[in-house]
Amino acid sequence: MDLLPQLTQYAFSGLSTGAIYALIGLGFAIIYNSTGIINFAQGEFVMLGGVLTHFFLMVLKFPLVVSMAVAILVATAIGVAFERLTIRPLKRPTPLSMVIITIGGSIFIRGVAMLIWGKDTHSLPPFSGNEPLVIAGATVMPQHLWIFGLTLLVIAANKYFFYYTISGKAMRACSYNRTAASLVGIDVRRMVFLSFAISSAMGAMAGIIIAPLTMTAYDVGVMLGLKGFCAAIIGGMSSGFGTVLGGLLLGLLESLGAGLISSGYKDAIAFIILLLILFIRPQGLFSKAQTERV
Amino acid sequence: MKRCVSVVVLGAVLLFSLEALAAGTIRIGALFSVTGPASFLGEPEKKSLEMLVKDLNAKGGVKGNKIELFIEDTQGDATKAMQLATKLIKNDKVVAIIGPSITGDTMAIIPLVEKEQIPLVSCAAGVKITDPVKKWVFKTPANDHVAGEKLLEYLAAKKQKNLALLTVSDAYGQSGREQLKALAAKKGFTVVADELYSPKDTDMTAQLTKIKGTKADALICWGTNPGPAVVTRNVKQLGMKIPLYQSHGVASKKYIELAGVEASEGVTLPAGKLTVYDKLKKGDPQYKVLSEYDQAYRRSYGVEASTFGGYAHDAFALIVEAIKKSGSTPEQIRNGIEQVRKLVGVSGLFTMSPTDHNGLDLSAFEMVKVVKGDWEPAK
Repeated sequence: MDLLPQLTQYAFSGLSTGAIYALIGLGFAIIYNSTGIINFAQGEFVMLGGVLTHFFLMVLKFPLVVSMAVAILVATAIGVAFERLTIRPLKRPTPLSMVIITIGGSIFIRGVAMLIWGKDTHSLPPFSGNEPLVIAGATVMPQHLWIFGLTLLVIAANKYFFYYTISGKAMRACSYNRTAASLVGIDVRRMVFLSFAISSAMGAMAGIIIAPLTMTAYDVGVMLGLKGFCAAIIGGMSSGFGTVLGGLLLGLLESLGAGLISSGYKDAIAFIILLLILFIRPQGLFSKAQTERV
Repeated sequence: MKRCVSVVVLGAVLLFSLEALAAGTIRIGALFSVTGPASFLGEPEKKSLEMLVKDLNAKGGVKGNKIELFIEDTQGDATKAMQLATKLIKNDKVVAIIGPSITGDTMAIIPLVEKEQIPLVSCAAGVKITDPVKKWVFKTPANDHVAGEKLLEYLAAKKQKNLALLTVSDAYGQSGREQLKALAAKKGFTVVADELYSPKDTDMTAQLTKIKGTKADALICWGTNPGPAVVTRNVKQLGMKIPLYQSHGVASKKYIELAGVEASEGVTLPAGKLTVYDKLKKGDPQYKVLSEYDQAYRRSYGVEASTFGGYAHDAFALIVEAIKKSGSTPEQIRNGIEQVRKLVGVSGLFTMSPTDHNGLDLSAFEMVKVVKGDWEPAK
């Protein structure tokens, strides 16, 4: 086999894995941009999306579309309850205490999911067939196209919501300056609440759409959450193309690293790059230097 | 004279009470990792043992003696295993111990059972448990390398000499990788690719593309679910024609379900016979034991029996056999187990000797192949 088709396949594999990271990374970015919190429980909502859909589809025998809708609703409800019960009661919310709370929350959600649904791995049926598509000598699954599509849709919806609706603008105002935002009459707590609802719904959507490829179990959230977080960091926590590029870059590096250097160092390569970015460009690869942002 | 009589009476009373004690119950201890990361081993082991003991006691026990069972949960923690083993020996006064479920726990308590002279029948697979042989320690799962040896024997028959390895970067995968590489070198195979993946990886197309570029004529993946299922799907996605082999770690219906019926077609692996017992030739010596165990397990718990539960089944069978043949003190049980010849278990036929405290050979495994979503014996 020549090197060229091999390289094309590495690129496609990397981009399709990267799209998954990007989609999860966007969930991190949304909460961060409206509240300044890094929600380490984000990965668990990805898990909930997949596991809940499997539960409704296989155990309760709902149709696929209904299962997906109910799974997103339930995951959103859990996200909202999570905010209500843990973030809101905080008297003096500092970033550190909130980070620790979200880590605790993620361990709790994972534990409960394990007790309810057990430790088995499950798989969901693909949305549109199992026949791989051949593009320029490399192959991708139809499900990858769904992932690319959803990622684009999420970016467009984000752009619209944050720049053209009152709620979105209010959420951005909260992230710039909470005190000032509440002085002009924005209900900051409502905005925090809303951002949790949006990001848990998005996490669940990501979890559902990737489950036919990656399969799902109570503990998939940890690694996916971490990779999504990396994507968001590389992209400078932007809720648009920055994070998507970050995710794609991470996926590409992993795949090329595994293919051309050594698969044993695949994760190490990705995390070394994350560290380098944090050292050299903490504002992310694609952002201008630090603004007055929180 | 009077004194003499009383001594005789006292002696008789003592003798009788000892006798009564012996005829009452036989205390057997068990250490399993029922919770924690290795609970997929400990849980079926505990359930199997409880089921078997209940069954045996209902039938009147061993030679009229009821079995009393003391099961403890090590949680896969060597320190806990040590404390609980001490408790079983000192407080519960057990005459033999079954378990622990994992190699680490077993290695931790070996010095203790050797010192206290209590026979231990481990349910863990590590080679070092019985190699070198320790006087009081036995184990029921086949050694790690037996599965690899069975697989390479099959490959040699198929004349597939260039191997590509794709192993998971955890203890199971790396132990398999070491064994396969050592065996391959010894048996004249060439390892042309040696790739790894992490337990939680969701896409292995990069590694597989690299393997596709080599002249490998057999791909061996060594791991436990879900990784091997992802590999199977990726092989299909890339349209690779190279035959795919998996390890005994995925020898269950769950693997076929995860990988998909279409993608898993033709995948071949060495499996314990429990997976395919209903497809075995009728004359197979293990057929009766396997079907009885599986049926009983389904009746008791409503799910199919697993190979892991079989390790506890065999450990218990060895101890019961030893008590029947030899007696119920720790010393007699140890000697009895060592003299076991051709005992039919779930994992295979056990033939112990002073130099072999595992007693299984290659016949413990059967090569099986996925055909239309089910396991079939591979030719």
